[in-house]
Amino acid sequence: MTITPTPLTRREAVQRMFAAAAALALIDATTYGAPYTGDPNLHTKAVTWDRILTKDELKMVTVLCDTIIPADDKSPAASAVGIPDFIDEWVSAPYPTQVADRDKLRAGLAWLDEEATKRFQKKFADLDEGQIKAICDDICHAPKAKPEFKKAASFFSKFRDLTAGGFYSTPEGWKDLGYVGNVPLAEFPGPPPEVLKHLGLA
Amino acid sequence: MPVITPRKTLTDYDAIIVGSGAAGGMSAYVLSKAGLKVLMLEAGRNYDPITETPMFETPKDAPLRGAPTPDKHFGYFDSTVQGGWSVPNEPYMVRRSDQPGWHEATDINHHGTKQNFMWWRPRMLGGRTNHWGRIALRMGPYDFKPKARDGLGLDWPINYEDLAPWYDQTEALIGVYGSNEGLENTPDSSPGVLQPPPKPRGYELLIKRGAGKLGIPVVPSHQAILTRAINGRAACFYATDCGRGCSIKANFQSTTVLIPPAVETGNLDVITDAMVREVTIDKTGKATGVHYVDKATGQDLHAKARVVILSASGCESARILLNSKSALFPNGLANTSGKIGRYLMDSVGTGVSGHIPAMESCPPHNEDGASAMHMYIPWWQYKEQLAGKLGFARGYHVELGGGRRMPTMSNPAPEKLTGGSYGRQFKEDARRYYGSHVSLTGRGEMIPNEKSFCEIHPEVKDKWGIPVLRFHWEWSEHEIKQAAHMQKTFVEIIEAMGGKPDAPAETDGAKAILAGGTIIHEVGTTCMGFTKNDSVVNQWCQTWDVPNLFVTDSGPFVSNADKNPTLSILALAMRSCSHLAEEMKKGSVG
Repeated sequence: MTITPTPLTRREAVQRMFAAAAALALIDATTYGAPYTGDPNLHTKAVTWDRILTKDELKMVTVLCDTIIPADDKSPAASAVGIPDFIDEWVSAPYPTQVADRDKLRAGLAWLDEEATKRFQKKFADLDEGQIKAICDDICHAPKAKPEFKKAASFFSKFRDLTAGGFYSTPEGWKDLGYVGNVPLAEFPGPPPEVLKHLGLA
Repeated sequence: MPVITPRKTLTDYDAIIVGSGAAGGMSAYVLSKAGLKVLMLEAGRNYDPITETPMFETPKDAPLRGAPTPDKHFGYFDSTVQGGWSVPNEPYMVRRSDQPGWHEATDINHHGTKQNFMWWRPRMLGGRTNHWGRIALRMGPYDFKPKARDGLGLDWPINYEDLAPWYDQTEALIGVYGSNEGLENTPDSSPGVLQPPPKPRGYELLIKRGAGKLGIPVVPSHQAILTRAINGRAACFYATDCGRGCSIKANFQSTTVLIPPAVETGNLDVITDAMVREVTIDKTGKATGVHYVDKATGQDLHAKARVVILSASGCESARILLNSKSALFPNGLANTSGKIGRYLMDSVGTGVSGHIPAMESCPPHNEDGASAMHMYIPWWQYKEQLAGKLGFARGYHVELGGGRRMPTMSNPAPEKLTGGSYGRQFKEDARRYYGSHVSLTGRGEMIPNEKSFCEIHPEVKDKWGIPVLRFHWEWSEHEIKQAAHMQKTFVEIIEAMGGKPDAPAETDGAKAILAGGTIIHEVGTTCMGFTKNDSVVNQWCQTWDVPNLFVTDSGPFVSNADKNPTLSILALAMRSCSHLAEEMKKGSVG
C-alpha cells in the first residue's frame, strides 16, 4: 500500500504537544527535554532529549563501565562501544523509569567519590585498579553486602544492568555472546548436531 | 499497490465497516470481493507495513535500546501507533485496588498494575493485527457448547461444524503453519490447508522432553506466519520480531493480507483518522449510516449505507452502540435485551520462567526462527476436568519461550546466578548464562460472568466529546484456581528439565493472575445467542433489533476458549459477511 503522507497540520501539531504535555505532567520539561511521543519514525533513532551528565560524572561512568566490562580477547571494553554515552542517554530521558535511574546513578556516583576520598584520599576516577576493586568487592552483590554498603550495592546492581544491557545489545556484544541471528535464512535449520549433543538430545 | 482513498465519501455505500483490524479487514475483503461498494472508517492513521516496519534495526538503532516507555508500551519497535494501554486524549475508566471510585486508566505496565482492567488500543490502519502474536488456534467442538458440557457459561448458537469450513478458508487465505495432531478439542484442519511448521528449536525440544515425563504433550504451534510463499507474499526468512510488523508480508496483518486486495477490487474506500461516534437510524429503526469525527479537521461528518458493520473491537463496538441513543432505543442501539457491554471476557494469564543448566554455554547457533513459537502445549486434561478432578472447569494452553534470542536491553547474566561478578568473570558469566532461560506462559479460558462488563461513564468524554467506557471486572474461582494450577505445573516442567524456576510457584491464584484485559483477548459485550431476549446478535452477527446492523468483531463471542481469538474473529467475520453478501444480493437485508 502506498502511503499518501499528509503534512502535520497545525491541529495535529497541537495534539502532539498536548500528548507530550500529558506525559510530562509531573516532570519539569525545561530540565528533562521532550519524550519522543507515540508515533516516532521507527527508522530513525528519536533521542529527543539532551544528555545531562557532567564531564566528571561521565568520567566516573566510564571507569565503572570498564570495570564491569573490560576488554578481553573476545570483545572490547564497554567504553570502546559507547556505553558511557548510552548510559547518559538513558538517565537523561524524560520517562519515569529513567528519571528514577538518574537519581540512583547520581547518588551512587556521589557515594563512590566520598568512599574513594575516605579510603584513599582520591576521587574515584583517579583510583588505581586495586583500589577500585577494593570498593567494588564490597558493593558488587547486594545479598552479601554489609549493611553500610547495601544502598551502594543496589546502585552497583542497577549500574551493572545498564552497562550489560547496553553492551550486549550492540553488534560487538552479540558477537561476544555468540548471538548469530537477525540474518535472513531460506529455511530454519533447527539445532545443529553439536547443539543437540550439548543439550543431551542427540 | 492500492492507494488509500481521498478523504471524502460517495453519497451512498452498500456497507460501512467501522474498524480495519481482523474483523474490519476480513469484512471488507469478503464484501468488496462480492462486488459490494464498501466504506471502511478507521479511527487511527494510515499505516504501511512495507515502508514503515523496522525489519533489521537492532536495539542500538532505537532510543534507550528500544526499551518500553510511556510512549511505546511494548518497546520502541513495536508496531503499535499512538496507543497501547492508554491512548492520548481518549480515556477509559477503571477501578483501582489502591483507591476508591473511578479513575482514568494510566498504568503502562501490565505487570503489577492496580487497575481492574487494561485495554490495549492502537490508532492505526490494521489495528492490532499489526503487532499481534500470530497464534492462530481453532476453537474446538466443546468451546462452542461449554454450557451443554459442564453447565457453566453460555452456549453459542453455532457448532464447531458450522465454522469449520470457514476456518479452512481463513487459514488458507492468511497462511497458517502447524500440524494436525488429532488431539481432543484441538481440531485438525482439512488436508492441505496448513503450511508446514518450522523445525523445533533446541529449548522447545528440551521442554518437550521435560513435559513428556509428566504426560504433557508438546506439539507444533499454529501461527499465522508463512513458511511457503503465497499470493505474492514471501515466506518467513526467520529473522526479525513479528511484533514490529512484517515488510515482506510473511505474517498475517490486515494491512498486508486483507485491505490491499479489497482496495484493488475498486469497491473499497478507506478513510483513516475517522472516529465513529454513533450509528444513525431512520424513524423505522433501520440503520442509515454513521456519524464520525474527521480527526484532521474536527468536523462531524455523516456517511450513509444500506448496511452498517461494526468491527471496532469488542469494547469499542459496544461503546458505539451504547452511545447511539434514540427514542426508539433509549438504552443504546440494538440493546432491547440490555446485554450490550455484558459478558466481557479476557484470557487468564500467568507465567513462570526458569534457568536450565543444560542450556548454559551452548554452541552458538541461530535460534531466531519464525519469531513466534514453533511448539506449544495444548490443553491436555479435558477428561480429568470433566470428571471434576481439577477444581476448575476450563483449560489453558502454554506458550513457550526462551533460548538464544536477540539480546536486547537486559542483563544476560543476572546477579542471582553470578553472585555479583564483574570484570572478566562477568563477561565469562554472560557467555555462560546467555540463552539458558525458558519461559512458560499460560493462556486460559475465562467463563463469562455477570460482574465483568463495560458501560458508558455518565460524565467522562474523550477529546472528541464522545462518552467513554468504564470497566467492571471480577474473576471467578475457576480462573483463580486455574492460574494457581498453571504456576504449579510450569514449575514442575522446569524442574523436570533439571532447571530452577526464577521464583517459587505462586500458590495463590489471585496473586498469580494478571489483571483483566492484560492478555489483550477481550471478547464479549455484544453477545451472540438463540433469541432476541437473551442476546444482541444472531448466529450471523446480525443484531436482532436492527437487521441491517452487524457486529463482526470479538463482541459476539459468548465463550473465550484458551485459543487466542483472532483466528476465530476472522473465520466468524468471513462466515457472517459471506452470508450477508448473499442476502444483500437477494435484497433481504439492507
